[in-house]
Parts: sequence; structure tokens; C-alpha cells
Amino acid sequence: MDQLSGGEMLIRALHDEGVEIIFGYPGGAVLHIYDAIFHQDKVEHILVRHEQAATHAADGYARSSGKPGVVLVTSGPGATNAVTGIATAYMDSIPMIVISGQVDSRMIGTDGFQETDMVGISRPVVKHSFMVRKAQDIPLIVRKAFHIATTGRPGPVVIDIPKDATDPKVKQPYEYPEDIKLRSYTVPAKGHSGQIKKAVDALLTAKRPMIYTGGGVIQGNASEQLSELTRKLGFPITNTLMGLGAYPASDKQFLGMLGMHGTYEANMAMHYCDVLLGIGARFDDRVTNSDTSKFCPDATILHVDIDPASISKTVTADVPIVGSVAPVLEEMIDLIDKSDKKVDKKALEVWWSQIDQWREKDCLKVTPSAESIIMPQDVVKAAFEITKGEAYVSSDVGQHQMFAAQYYGFDKPRRWINSGGLGTMGFGFPAAMGVQFAYPGAISVCITGEGSFLMNQQEFATCMQYQLPIKIICLNNQALGMVKQWQDMQYGGRHSHSTYAESLPDFSKLAEAYGHVGIKIEKADELYPKLEEAFAFKDKLVFVDVLVDPNEHVYPMAIKGGAMKDMVLSKSERT
Amino acid sequence: MRHIISVLMENEPGALSRVVGLFSQRNYNIDSLTVAPTEDQSLSRLTLTTSGDDARIEQITKHLNKIVDVVKLVDLTEGAHIERELMLIKVKAVGAQRAEIKRSVDIFRGSVVDLTANVFTIQLTGTGDKLDSFIAALGDNVVLEVARTGVSGISRGEKTLAL
Repeated sequence: MDQLSGGEMLIRALHDEGVEIIFGYPGGAVLHIYDAIFHQDKVEHILVRHEQAATHAADGYARSSGKPGVVLVTSGPGATNAVTGIATAYMDSIPMIVISGQVDSRMIGTDGFQETDMVGISRPVVKHSFMVRKAQDIPLIVRKAFHIATTGRPGPVVIDIPKDATDPKVKQPYEYPEDIKLRSYTVPAKGHSGQIKKAVDALLTAKRPMIYTGGGVIQGNASEQLSELTRKLGFPITNTLMGLGAYPASDKQFLGMLGMHGTYEANMAMHYCDVLLGIGARFDDRVTNSDTSKFCPDATILHVDIDPASISKTVTADVPIVGSVAPVLEEMIDLIDKSDKKVDKKALEVWWSQIDQWREKDCLKVTPSAESIIMPQDVVKAAFEITKGEAYVSSDVGQHQMFAAQYYGFDKPRRWINSGGLGTMGFGFPAAMGVQFAYPGAISVCITGEGSFLMNQQEFATCMQYQLPIKIICLNNQALGMVKQWQDMQYGGRHSHSTYAESLPDFSKLAEAYGHVGIKIEKADELYPKLEEAFAFKDKLVFVDVLVDPNEHVYPMAIKGGAMKDMVLSKSERT
Repeated sequence: MRHIISVLMENEPGALSRVVGLFSQRNYNIDSLTVAPTEDQSLSRLTLTTSGDDARIEQITKHLNKIVDVVKLVDLTEGAHIERELMLIKVKAVGAQRAEIKRSVDIFRGSVVDLTANVFTIQLTGTGDKLDSFIAALGDNVVLEVARTGVSGISRGEKTLAL
């Protein structure tokens, strides 16, 4: 048995857990650990420029690859800087391990230099957390942390390690536990067969069915099963912002995204359906609109989710099914095949013709306000065409995020990387780094806005250090677009602190200052050729600063307090 | 409606703060809370009283169950159960008042556990209602200090909350 220090045990345990890459930033409390990293080459460490970026990069890595993201930060400010990224991962159920340094165990509670109660600060935004008491507990804690983070409804787990537990002078025998038992943590296995049968019966008698799926299908790797079930039934399907790519956007049964900025047809079909199958989605307020009493008034609601607490939280489920999505869908497919009942084809035809009428509204058509002005939607469409829909697309938060979700058709899961639950500005760029580390050969695009980008621009330096050829497409409207849109619509156009045009940097020059390529696009006819030029740089980071229409709004938009059928469709049209 | 929820949880540092934190984080009330180790030193039993409609209580029990340190829990108010709370109460007791208060203590089956020339310290156990009634029975300007443990409870019959 090898004799290792606590720091060495940590790195060895990460390796034994299959970790290839960690994102971090050194500091006093983790110096022993960084010395252990120096002495090995199995686990690669990526030095970011801010701890928040470390968590978002690990998050982007996890979302795109399905493997847990790992972060290493120091105590105090290192740990608190990581909190936003932990909360982001928590809200979207992303598996992540955050290792934070802590002051010496004898110093805890004395307000020591760079001391903060990380376990306490992170408690509401982690799935679980551990405080290491002694070095020999490290392997077991790491094993437990990965098990908890990656199973059931995934989420972030914090491991706080006092500096003395990693002391290089204290060596102890290392053994990685093969099996762990957690009497208080069980993972829901299969769904209840009786409930699944009830759900299938409801689906097969539906006249106006609708399938609504969320991030759970992606996290649960159940896209194939979802596609098979949906095609077998011939039902319309919509995805949440978090669920995009779970079902191919190019398929005719797909009605687009639903919710606050969902398509007219998806929201109308939701409102008027008689049976709603919700899968791995949590009926959150951006979907249901604020008043859940108006949500799907005629529908029998079938809800599949791995987290029992997500069921009947905001909307009461008529048939709740607690279980991992993939096996539940497989059982459904099997039951449908064996059932004597068949889908009501006639009713379904009527339903589809109604949906086709809604589709004719063409709610995502774009009308340029002037000939030479660039519409933000067209930028996303051009990026989609140039990348042939094959890119991994991360985004920040705001108008550009909605445009990306609406106009980049995701045909595959894990391609759309965005902070849906917490809505974290500054997420997109570091997340795109994580994607690029997971898939060095892939096209990693960050669609962002100038406001969000400024929140984590320091990562230009990380991208130079590791030669990451990310393509950043900045929909620059010289304002906090979504804030401004709400101010236009609800605050009489008073743009309180949402504009700053006069103080924006020259982004292409900023990129160039770090050694990257900067391209500026100002006229509509330059859009396509210059964007192609950007993507032609295979080995370079390119920042594309696109000056877009500053007055454009995101539509459709749900009317607050209304039902899902109540939408603003353009500056002059409402449902 | 008022519910008494008993939780078996790992006797680990941080476990209690996770349970209590859940209530403030999700805007649930805790009316009383009591916690101590059990016969199994690795487990603590926490009993809390809260209130809300069925949907809210369902969410509370689901979220409690999600906490990794929570091993098992029961909503005692769902079935027949026994609930007890202990109160130590210090009251003013001078002159004729002393006999009067002693009679009240006897009626409520409490006991005087400490006294001075001016003060009785009384111990009383029972349901929360009983303790409230005792305080009310003492009348105004008598009570000097109250220390209540919060409600503890257990199911009637053979049903147990154990591993």
C-alpha cells in the first residue's frame, strides 16, 4: 500500500475516480495540494483567472460530456468566488465536485486569514458537503462525493479541506474504497410499474396530447428513448430551455421551445392539450407563467421525474412517476407495444391540423427595422448555417440567450450549454472553455452579449495559455438588452441603468491585446462573409463583435399573470 | 394544520444546520424543535412542529428526505401518537399566592422543583396545549421565566421509527 500525504491522496483519489481534468486557482490553504499536483501528470490542472470561471468551466465540461466537473479553489475569497458557479450548477442539476481549501483545523473559528465557513456559505446551493477532519478520510469522502454528485438528481458537492489535512510530512497508507454504503442516501431506481401503466393508458386515450421535456432527459441520457416514444406515438413535443436538443429540433413533431419566450405553437398546444406528459422537467415559473391555476386547464398531467420533490411542487400531477427517465420511457415503449389500445389517430389528425394552423403564424419570423441593420436573430441563424448545426453552443443570460435558444436548432443533446435556472451572466465564456477541453476538436461557440461578456472577460488569458480556439459571437446592442426590453414594456421606456454605449471597450482590440483575433461586423451584408471568416480560423480564438439592432425585443413573450396562451407576439400584436 | 415530524439523522456535524436551513431557505415555519442522540450513538432524533396545508407538508417531508444526512422520518400526526413537552417555569410566589400556585401545580400534575422565599420553580410535562393552559391559569404578572423543550413524540402501538 502506498504511503501518501493528504494532498497526494486527494489527487490520487481523483485519478481513481476517473478524473482527467480539474479547473482551479491556487492560494495559501491549497498549496500542499498544488505541490501534489506538481509531482504527477495523471490529472491535468487548468489555471483559470477567477474562481467563478473555474466553476463555470467545470460546469460546461460536465454539461457537454456528461462527466462530473471538478474544481479546486483556496479558502476565503477563493471559495466565495466559486459560490455563484456552484449555485448555477445546483439550479440546473449539474454533477460537480468543488474542493475548497480551509485554514488549519486548529485555526477554524478564529477569523484566521482567508478563513470563511465554506460549508455554511454553500449549504443552500449544494446537494451535499463534507468537511475533512483527518487525512485518512479523504479517499472515502472523495468516493462518497462523486457518488452523490453523479447519481439520482445530480448536483454539486463541496469538499472543504483544512490545510493541515494535506500536510506533505504526514504520510499514511492509501486505499481507494471500491464500494461505499450510504444508509441515508438511496437513488430512486425504476418507476412504479402501476403508475407507468396508468400513464400509458392516459396517453393512448388522449385526443390532444402533448409531450413536454426538460433537462432531466439530457442529464438522464434518455434522448434516444424519448425520440422513440415520441415517434411511436406521433405526438407533438416541446422542450424547455434546459431540455433543448433532447429531441431533434429539425423533426416535424417538434414545436420548438415553450415558456416565457417559447413559440406560439408550443405554448398554444400546451394550453389546449388534454393529456400532458412532462418528463424530467420541473414546471417552473418560466414555463407555467406565474399563475399556475391557469396552467393547462383541461389536461391530465403525467409527470416523470427522478426527484420526488419536483413532483406536484408547483403543479399537481395526476399521475406522478418517480424514477430515472430512461428506464421509465423504456417501460412505456414496451407497454405501448403490448397494449390492445392504439393511439386515437383520427383525433390526433384533428389536433395536428390545429397545431399546423398555429404554426402558420410563423412567430419567429424576423422583420429588419432598416436594410443595413443587423438583426440579432439573423446572426444566430448565420452561425447555425455556417457550423451546420454541429457546434456546441454556450450562452450567457439575456436576449442573446433567448435568440440562441430560438434560432439555433439543436438536434443533439448536450450541445446547448446555458444557465437556465440561476440565469448567471458571465457563464457562457468559461463554460465554452470547459466544452473545448471536453472536446478539443469540436466547434465551441459562445453566443453572448456585451454585458454578460464583460463579467468574465479575464478568461481571454486562460484561452491564450491553453490555446482554446473558441468562437465568441457577441450580439452587441450596447445595452443590457433584456432589462431594457422589460423597461420598454413595463416601465414606460425608462432605461434605468441599462445603457452604457459610451463606455464600451473596442472588443476586437481587447481580444487582440490578449493575442486573439477580433472581428467587428457592423453592416448586414458583411454578416455572413465575416462570420465565415471567423470560423475559418481553426486554431485561434476569435471574438466577433456584431453590432445589432439596439431596439429589438425577444418575442413571443408571455404576458405576466396570464395563461400559456397569452403572449405578446411583436411590438404591435398580442394573442 | 399542525404537524409533528420526527427525523432520524446522522449524528454528524452540519446535519442539524442542513435541516434547519431547509426551513428558512424554502420559507417553511418551525414552531418548535428538539434534538438529541438516540440509543444508537450514530443517530440523532430531531422532532419539529410545523404547520401548513397537505401540499406544503408533502413538500417539507420530500425535501427533508432529500437531505443526505436524513436517514428516515415520520409525520407523527398522520397516526395515533403521544406527544410531550417539558417546561420549567419560574413564578412569583409570595404569601397567600404560594398555596394557590401549589394547588394549580397539583391539578396540572407538575412539581415544584426549587423555591426561594419569593419564587417557585415548577416542572411540568404534557402536550403543548396543557403547558399553554397552565401558563394561562397562573394569571397575569406571575410568570418570571419560561423554558420549554419543544415537542417530542412517538407513535402509539408497535410502529417504530428505527433503522
